[in-house]
Amino acid sequence: MTTPQALPDAHGATAPSGRRPDAPAPGPATDDVIVDVRNAHYGIPTRQIFKGLDIKVRKGRITAIMGPSGTGKTTLLRLITGQISPSQGNVVVWGHDLSTLDRSGIYALRKRMGMLFQNGALLTDLDVYENVAFPLREHTDLPEELIRTLVLTKLHAVGLRGAAYLMPSELSGGMARRVALARAIVMDPEVLIYDEPFAGLDPISMGVILRLIRQMNEGLGLTSIVVSHDVQELATIAHDSYLMYDGKVVASGTPKELASSGLEVVKQFMTGSDDGPVAFHYPAPDYKQELLKGDE
Amino acid sequence: MSAIAKADNLVIGGLRKVGQVTLFLVSVLAQCGPALARPRLVVHQVYNAGARSLIIIMLSGLFVGMVLALTGIDLLARFGSEDVLGVAAALGLLKELGPVVTALLFAGRAGTSLTSEIGLMRATDQLTAMEMMAVDPMRYVAAPRFIGGIIAMPLLVAIFDIVGLFGAQLVGVQMMNVNAGTFWSQTQGAVHLDDVTEGIIKSLAFGFVCTLIAVYEGYNAAPTAEGVGLATTRTVVASAVLTLIVDYFLTAAFL
Repeated sequence: MTTPQALPDAHGATAPSGRRPDAPAPGPATDDVIVDVRNAHYGIPTRQIFKGLDIKVRKGRITAIMGPSGTGKTTLLRLITGQISPSQGNVVVWGHDLSTLDRSGIYALRKRMGMLFQNGALLTDLDVYENVAFPLREHTDLPEELIRTLVLTKLHAVGLRGAAYLMPSELSGGMARRVALARAIVMDPEVLIYDEPFAGLDPISMGVILRLIRQMNEGLGLTSIVVSHDVQELATIAHDSYLMYDGKVVASGTPKELASSGLEVVKQFMTGSDDGPVAFHYPAPDYKQELLKGDE
Repeated sequence: MSAIAKADNLVIGGLRKVGQVTLFLVSVLAQCGPALARPRLVVHQVYNAGARSLIIIMLSGLFVGMVLALTGIDLLARFGSEDVLGVAAALGLLKELGPVVTALLFAGRAGTSLTSEIGLMRATDQLTAMEMMAVDPMRYVAAPRFIGGIIAMPLLVAIFDIVGLFGAQLVGVQMMNVNAGTFWSQTQGAVHLDDVTEGIIKSLAFGFVCTLIAVYEGYNAAPTAEGVGLATTRTVVASAVLTLIVDYFLTAAFL
């Protein structure tokens, strides 16, 4: 466990080293691991979601978190971003145990992250331009001219400079996600987190998002965490993969290593088989008996 | 479950709710300073809660004033005191009907709008997105709306009172032939600054209560369509009941 440190509140430009001037000093060296989830347990009143989860995200790599629906992939992102705390175990980000940080400390870390939500989560009372400018206006005192340049640059990067003055309600799902991506990178984060970036997208939009994730990671030198269950898409971009099942990581490695795994649950997930360890049917009483009970 | 256990749960649930609202209020108040430093956000909310409620407030004020004059003249005629119609209407509007009816209308128009707007922001991850951008939604969303509602309420009450008095004059003077000079001079002579102050204090108190409930319910709404609907209903019910309870105590305090 690391010692809590005072974290500054102000926000500045990215330092040449890649770390912001106001960013907390890194904790004890953990080689190039940026996010380290150690033996995390977490539950809600109705069930235990994590039963000892271990995940490491390394700098500069695209890490895919995969797993069947309901395994807690989005909950894991909430753990990593400090929205919730594990009941047992630790979540260490840039050497800081999140449980030891106060609200301002968590906020200081979040300024170094960008997150793309499944539905975009654009602010509906602001247009596209203002949505992308929002973090800049909140955290910097940059002149309007510079804000305009930054916003248009980011919108151009996602191909939506021409949509700058549309309202979120006028965007398609894929466009909304690209705007959200522009907003997520406008503060030049070091880590980008994607929550189900491909869900509900047509093949063209999916291809665009895939390309953008790869470009952001390589071009901007980011570290990416992608939560999804789209195996084929992730296999084309991910450097490291984790497969979650029943509250734990059941397999990890490169997408190729996962594809050649002998574990039943991994095979079922990678091939999309409808029955296996992940049962098609939700636990229920005997089918015949339940139907006959109705006749009685 | 026995009746005692049910009553016990009700009491504990009620106390828990009071505690939660109090903690929420403390959090909002802590962010009011930073929110006031950005007047654009507050002015926008005064416009949303106030200006957008103007038509319903003016229309209601007009008819409340007219009804007040009709019932007032019927009652006063029995005692041969039609001359004091203006005083009765003015005091009724300034001290009681203006603040209370405006608060009830505010809860139904602006309160529901605030709750559903914030509830939908919760349901569509907009509040979480702000948190992830290290922007406190209490500062950006809750506090400006809270301040905006409190500022808007006395302004709406003032407009309600003026239009209501005009409605009373319309019925009393134009239709029921009460002397215009008597109507206005009696009103001017009998209404004191204390009466106006009572109305202003009541409107501020109702603005505080109604806006706090609306923002709290929206902020804590379950992130589903049903959750936002239920929160909106709770806003109207709780605002109306609390407005009337607070009104009783304030009226008693001003006697």
